[in-house]
Amino acid sequence: MTLSMGPQHPSTHGVLRLDLRLDGELVVGCIPDIGYLHTGMEKLFEYKKYQQGIVITDRMDYLNPLGNNLAYVMAAEKLLDLEIPERAQVIRVLMCELQRIASHMVWLGTHCLDIGAMSVFFYCFRQREKILNLIEAASGGRMTPSYFRIGGLMMDLPAGFERRCNQFMADFPEAMNTFDTLVTGNTIWHSRTKGIGIIEREEAINWGLTGPCLRGSGVDLDLRRDNPYTGYETYDFDVPVEQDCDVWARFRVRMRECLESYKIVRQALDRLKPGPIKADSPKVVLPDRDDMRKHMDSLIHHFLIVAEGFNVPEGEVYHAIEASKGELGVYMKSNGGPKPERVHFRGPSFVNLAALPVMCEGEMVADVVAIIGSLDIVLGEIDR
Amino acid sequence: MTEKLHAYVEKLKEKNETWVNTVTEGHGEVTVTVPRGSIVDVCLFLKEGQGFDMLADLCGADRGPEEDPRFEVNYHLFSTTHHSRLRLKVLLSEDEASVATVSGLWKTANWHERETYDLVGVKFEGHPDLRRILLPSDFDGHALRKDYPLRGYEPYSLN
Repeated sequence: MTLSMGPQHPSTHGVLRLDLRLDGELVVGCIPDIGYLHTGMEKLFEYKKYQQGIVITDRMDYLNPLGNNLAYVMAAEKLLDLEIPERAQVIRVLMCELQRIASHMVWLGTHCLDIGAMSVFFYCFRQREKILNLIEAASGGRMTPSYFRIGGLMMDLPAGFERRCNQFMADFPEAMNTFDTLVTGNTIWHSRTKGIGIIEREEAINWGLTGPCLRGSGVDLDLRRDNPYTGYETYDFDVPVEQDCDVWARFRVRMRECLESYKIVRQALDRLKPGPIKADSPKVVLPDRDDMRKHMDSLIHHFLIVAEGFNVPEGEVYHAIEASKGELGVYMKSNGGPKPERVHFRGPSFVNLAALPVMCEGEMVADVVAIIGSLDIVLGEIDR
Repeated sequence: MTEKLHAYVEKLKEKNETWVNTVTEGHGEVTVTVPRGSIVDVCLFLKEGQGFDMLADLCGADRGPEEDPRFEVNYHLFSTTHHSRLRLKVLLSEDEASVATVSGLWKTANWHERETYDLVGVKFEGHPDLRRILLPSDFDGHALRKDYPLRGYEPYSLN
């Protein structure tokens, strides 16, 4: 029997259709059908100036927008050879790790909801709400912050941000304990996740899995440590790895990752020192408002950047960061003008979803829901 | 940083001189332009012999209708053991916009190649299932080509 699961299904979190070939309740074949959402972003980048592209990236993985911002601006900064000041780098790390926790909260909540536990969802979204409030305080946006700019940040953190962040930090370990009590020790949870959706180590690398999905298959790889960027090499954190290769292992990796991100946020908060938040490059970075009122050349630079954009030297880069779902890579090619020649996003969800058939075959229909949840896909990133 | 990468390129040249057309370096990355016919051999050598066991990304690009060669396909190789990245590039002219598939080496290439075929219009010979992936099967044209209009072909791209 062929069962068409989706395009609108409570567990697919977006428009995804799975063509399931069934033998009774057993899945013998699975063909993912994507493209319902295709937003043509890669085409759009070619028609926008570099700085205008940042707001598009927010819409891709809308649960981890700051991660997308970071990948995009860092690729452009690499082409421009920009030096980013210390404070801006610390704030980038701080915000990205908060965002990673928020993204994992959505994953945990919806993953549990898919399998049938409801209250975890509300507890998770309560924590996520606190983080979104922090992001809103810093950038003015909740889901689409566009906080990072080529050469630094949009603006400095507002007064009282550290105090509010510390409030969140004080409550979070308690919340994680609640999740552990509710989910990790739950025997129903064990029987729904252990031994389900197995993908072995070699197979996982062959399918190009990255992030928690790969680390759940026993591969010790984290780009924050292995291809460090924004000064991640100076932070002290562990990379959680699990050997079971199943839904349970991927669940454990993400749960432990939340606490590692918590550790990094702590360290970043300790490192916040006053200083500039934008690179010293007047041709690329917008001047301060005050300077614009006092200096003619600042006014000219502002006008030129806004009206014409800035020219980026010829070249091509591939910059990869560890987003909450895995390796988010940006391939950016410039022909020297104010608009990129080609921007390609290597979305981790896109690659992870391709491996879904391997994990599903031989499992029950009900397990497909658990496996999709364990991949933590966002359709905005798949159908860029 | 890039010395390590150049060492891999040297090994590649040692193995077979004809595999490497040009080598360019920039922003800490090394790009190797590979002749169209030998991409699978080069990938196999790097995968089996040099530890580049993961294909991080594969994407196509259009340089514009007036350029020759018009298309390029970029392979971003990554190693999960020594964490190096190497970019391979294949240049394709408009008349022969096709290259052999590497989905036999890396299964992840399957979807990447389908996406490249869908959006840029490069064909991958030997691909097990070369269908459109993001756009509908009756879509007209390839959306990421430079001469494809932003609003689509008139009256409709879907027929």
